[in-house]
Amino acid sequence: MTGVVGTLAAAAIAYAALALAGYAAPNWLVPVATLAFSKGLVALGIVALMRGGLVSFGQGTFYCAGAYAAGMAMRSFGISDATLLVALGAIAGLILGLIIGPLLAGYRGIFFATLTLALSMIVYGILNKTYSLGGSDGLNLHAPSFFGYHPAGSESAGYALFLFTGLVTVIAAALCRVHFDSVRGLLSHAARDNEIRVEYLGASVRWVNGINFVIAAVLGGVGGALSALSLGHIDPDFAFWTTSGEFVFLAILSGYVSVTAVFIAAILVELVRSFSSQYFPNTWQGALGIFLLLIILFLPGGLGSLSLRLRPIRAKPSRAESENLK
Amino acid sequence: MTRKVDADFPKDHAPDVQRMSAKLAAAILIDGVIDASWLFIVAVGLTLVFGVLNILNFAHGSLFAVGAYAAASAVGWYYGGEVGPPFLGYLLMLGAALAVALILGPLLERGVLRFFYRRDEVVLVLVTYALFLILEDATKLIWGAESYYASEPYALLGNVAFFGLSYVGYDFALIGLAVVTGVLLWFGLNRTVTGKIVLAVIHDRDISRAMGVNVNRVFAFALTLGVFLAALGGAFTAPKISVQPGIGITVILLSFAVVVIGGLGSVEGAAIAALFVGFARAAAIHLVPWAELFIVYLVMALVLAFRPEGLFRRASARKI
Repeated sequence: MTGVVGTLAAAAIAYAALALAGYAAPNWLVPVATLAFSKGLVALGIVALMRGGLVSFGQGTFYCAGAYAAGMAMRSFGISDATLLVALGAIAGLILGLIIGPLLAGYRGIFFATLTLALSMIVYGILNKTYSLGGSDGLNLHAPSFFGYHPAGSESAGYALFLFTGLVTVIAAALCRVHFDSVRGLLSHAARDNEIRVEYLGASVRWVNGINFVIAAVLGGVGGALSALSLGHIDPDFAFWTTSGEFVFLAILSGYVSVTAVFIAAILVELVRSFSSQYFPNTWQGALGIFLLLIILFLPGGLGSLSLRLRPIRAKPSRAESENLK
Repeated sequence: MTRKVDADFPKDHAPDVQRMSAKLAAAILIDGVIDASWLFIVAVGLTLVFGVLNILNFAHGSLFAVGAYAAASAVGWYYGGEVGPPFLGYLLMLGAALAVALILGPLLERGVLRFFYRRDEVVLVLVTYALFLILEDATKLIWGAESYYASEPYALLGNVAFFGLSYVGYDFALIGLAVVTGVLLWFGLNRTVTGKIVLAVIHDRDISRAMGVNVNRVFAFALTLGVFLAALGGAFTAPKISVQPGIGITVILLSFAVVVIGGLGSVEGAAIAALFVGFARAAAIHLVPWAELFIVYLVMALVLAFRPEGLFRRASARKI
């Protein structure tokens, strides 16, 4: 159990550091970090799937579901409490994940990837034509409240949302870490290596992948709701395949070794994006592409795999662990 | 009677057909086949590359776009200066596609893809996704963000009346091109030595290598052929559309659907699936216009739900 306690302690310390850093950080950085964390949560879901050998190119489906659930609750029922809205986003992701998960259970590799992509494009197509949900223009949202507290002024509202997003992120990250290190979480690695062997050993690959899928769906919903709150706007592009592609990019960049790496990668990419769209608006996509190629070529385990290399010798990664990265 | 060039993708409307259901059916049928023709040319390239290299090439749509831009530029130059007889413009479009293939094919294979061959299928999709991002920006740098029109070749063949509906002759020429492409490809693969070697590599690249086949050369050849087919599709679609940034995205998503429905790596599958998708799109445009955006993905999801390997791909045994 020390592992769990250690993870929770680390999470608490990380949150305190985050709150301080957000307070000291320049004003423009806070919303960037908030959005990065929201997107990082979705990418964390892909990481959970990736540990079992599946890559979803359609996490936009859940991202969009979470965003629209929060958005519609705010617009139709006047709910403005962030906790409630994010919970609704999570529930939307959960329900959708429970429906779609069993349908996709038999697919692997590119078939899984293309089917998830197709589903997200169906959602995108339908939303574009659903005028009651704003059609292709989407809907605007107003600022959320936090447990009855309505921040005044955009700066304190931004910081409050940052603190809230950070809290959700740290909790989700810690829970994921605990899950990844649990027996069921570790089975994902085994399932990726050899499904049949896992089945013969008495575990259910279907169950392992199913749980990972639902986790990814819920994280997608939470990330979507948080993004909706931080952007103040929702539109069908939340489900567009480029959005999903961005999440896959984040997941590949961070790798599946470290949970923290996901959020570091998210902040890095969000920073690179805001700088390069300002200074080289026409080439940043290409730069992202080159960056992605280099990562896949030279750092196949992602940024997170650096932490394995930096570890002292006595805690050398087990052979299985380093084999996995190849 | 000229048709306006649609800014969107070639979707052939015939507004006067709504009254009679027979006419409507004919319209859906013909529009579907026309749509399927260019889709087949593009998708068969994608499926071939997947068959040989095991890469689902995300950049295929960008290669389509590059072909379209190259053809539009060439056509603009040719007809702008009245350089030669108008019908040679078609040859020029073919030449543009060939040039794109001969430059980009070897460049992509030798310069990028060969470093990733041993990687997982899904990682390879990401590699080509990165290439797609790079190519999209590269085309924007070369051709700018404005639209290109190359409508001269489109009007050249006049109109054809069919079941009382007027169609542009060029569209039927496009169907012919698709048929010729398909037949040549089938013949090349099944009746020539090079084709048999390619089939051998598709079947088992390691054994082929052991039997003395230069697998790397086959890879480079297959990828170049794939690029050529993408560029060919782009070059001959260019007169029908306005060539502008973003066309690659629509194409890759459509041809993904075609290839997955048909079964990855299957030429026959690509042909049948292209017709499937063509009809589905045409039917949606005529009957339920709001569904046009996602009908293709719906068909794809339905097919995959019942035949996870696509229509024409044999299920492979899982290796222990």
